[in-house]
Amino acid sequence: MSRIIDWIDQRIPLSNTLKLHVTQYPAPKNFNFWYLMGSLALVVLVNQIVTGIWLTMSYNPSAEGAFASIEYIMRDVEYGWLLRYMHSTGASFFFIVVYLHMFRGLMYGSYQKPRELLWIFGMLIFLVLMAEAFMGYMLPWGQMSYWGAQVIISLFGTIPFGIGEALTTWIRGDYVISGATLNRFFALHVIALPLVIVILVFLHLIALHEVGSNNPDGIDLKKPKGSVKEEDKSPYEFHERYTKKYDIVDSIPFHPYYTVKDLVGLAVFLIFFAWVIFFEPTMGGHFLEPPNFEAADPMRTPVHIAPVWYFTPFYAILAAVPNPLGGVVLMFGSIVLLFLMPWIDRSNVRSIRYRSSLHKANLAMLVVSFIVLGFVGALPPTEFWTRIGQVFTFLYFAFFVLLFFYSKNEKTKPLPERVTK
Amino acid sequence: MKRFLMALAFLLPSAAFAAGYSGPLDKADYDLRDKASLQRGAQIFMNYCLGCHTMQHQRYQRTFEDLGIPVDLGQELLQFTGDGPGDFMVSAIDADASSDWFGLTPPDLTMVARVRGADWLYTYFRSFYEDPSRPFGVNNEIFENVGMPHAVQELQGVPRRTYERRMVDGEMRDVYVGIRSDGSGRLSDEEFDQAMLDLTAFLVYTGEPMYLERQRMGYYVIGFLIVFLILTILLKREYWRDIK
Repeated sequence: MSRIIDWIDQRIPLSNTLKLHVTQYPAPKNFNFWYLMGSLALVVLVNQIVTGIWLTMSYNPSAEGAFASIEYIMRDVEYGWLLRYMHSTGASFFFIVVYLHMFRGLMYGSYQKPRELLWIFGMLIFLVLMAEAFMGYMLPWGQMSYWGAQVIISLFGTIPFGIGEALTTWIRGDYVISGATLNRFFALHVIALPLVIVILVFLHLIALHEVGSNNPDGIDLKKPKGSVKEEDKSPYEFHERYTKKYDIVDSIPFHPYYTVKDLVGLAVFLIFFAWVIFFEPTMGGHFLEPPNFEAADPMRTPVHIAPVWYFTPFYAILAAVPNPLGGVVLMFGSIVLLFLMPWIDRSNVRSIRYRSSLHKANLAMLVVSFIVLGFVGALPPTEFWTRIGQVFTFLYFAFFVLLFFYSKNEKTKPLPERVTK
Repeated sequence: MKRFLMALAFLLPSAAFAAGYSGPLDKADYDLRDKASLQRGAQIFMNYCLGCHTMQHQRYQRTFEDLGIPVDLGQELLQFTGDGPGDFMVSAIDADASSDWFGLTPPDLTMVARVRGADWLYTYFRSFYEDPSRPFGVNNEIFENVGMPHAVQELQGVPRRTYERRMVDGEMRDVYVGIRSDGSGRLSDEEFDQAMLDLTAFLVYTGEPMYLERQRMGYYVIGFLIVFLILTILLKREYWRDIK
């Protein structure tokens, strides 16, 4: 065995890479629940790719055959229903873990220096993931697939100077949503965007391992070389890449400690995941919407077109502005501001544990706004709900504005020298 | 856990359904494990619905097997279209002709229960009433000006909106008390309700034929995952014992 490994090591740096990124990678020892989401997102990504490959084997990407081929998968393909539900449930769970993962980053200041690029790669993954999910939702070619796509693509039509109209035609590949649109969305969904996501995930991890993980206390665990007493250093063997420059405290090797801990998280996650797949695959009409069990009919608009739940917060922001172009600008703005978090937040303290009550309240406001907007975006538009949507759109944006101003001279608590728990 | 998730699901606003009716619906208390009920539902479907409606995603053989009907018997008594048992349950009606007759081609019913919901179907079947102003002489309380005739009138009889003279606020008034059959049908009111419940159950079945298999498998998978969880917890404890 060792001779085989030696043989490989002389040709590619297998052992060294494993040590560098797995067995001798220093991870803070105080990771909590929130730090499970990253590895879970990776698991869901693999689930989507594997089930997706098998679905592709029986799916027919044509306007005439798409809907029937989904039912063929559901009824005639061995365990096709299981593959399909794993894929559709996986899409929603992807967003659940990604939203929790992003919240973790906001809570513990994981976007702050030196993790700006790490955060931006993450935001890019989120952006591409939204495009991926949107295109995937079109593939069953149900009523909601068709009309949801109609609404979303028409957003680009709001761009003035004749650009919008040309752009929407270019995206659709036709003057209306048609088989041509379905074909290209299929191509983008099964190969182009997944490839981009995988590359971005790779870059996200490279960036993470370059700067090291943040932790719930938001303090640096890589201390300047020579500043830490020998008995305070972490007693584990870390890769010299890390120990050459730093003295490492309060850290443990990623493997085996976090691999076994992530396994516990994975088991809990899979129980939730399996519960939805086997007992509530439509999640009360939110993961799979009832109108989507009806084949797309370009001549008949559904009474109420609502995007899938993970888009509803942004949809509510869009709907909050009476002017369509203004709505589109605001909707994209709500995502752009997240990209800019490393520069909007000017505090030197990362973790919410040591920040001001104002900051805690502000972050709570963001979370509440996001959830309320999610509700509003799913409801049929009425004057009352549009008003509520406007109020919480305002509060959502207020988070960033307030943060920019108070974070510079924020009254923070003293940071501990070592991690607290 | 299950409760918590269900609560989450219902906290979210329920997705709106087509057809615009938002009033109360009668609860369809069906049981997919009741094969006799599903068989009766299939019989009604083949005799009264399949004339115009299609199930282009559901095969005869699958239906017979899932419902516990011997395939040769099913073919003899219930299969009126197609050739082999592997054929889809497709109506013999001509789509263009039916579109002329009814104003639109009667919709495919394979997954109608997933689109509308079982309660909606059960209520809809029992909400036809006599309305001479309509082309087929009937209208429907939860689907106004529906293009469909009352296909099971032979079973129910002529359904009429019925009013009773009652004392309301010190005045005698005609109060609407619901739809009542004129008694000319082959079934009593209770029998008709049961028949429509059977039909609803059958439509729920065709919407997701693997429903029971899915649930059965779910218990095994979650059982396994609970064992897996316990093992991972023990493993994690063993490794983390020395970390302070």
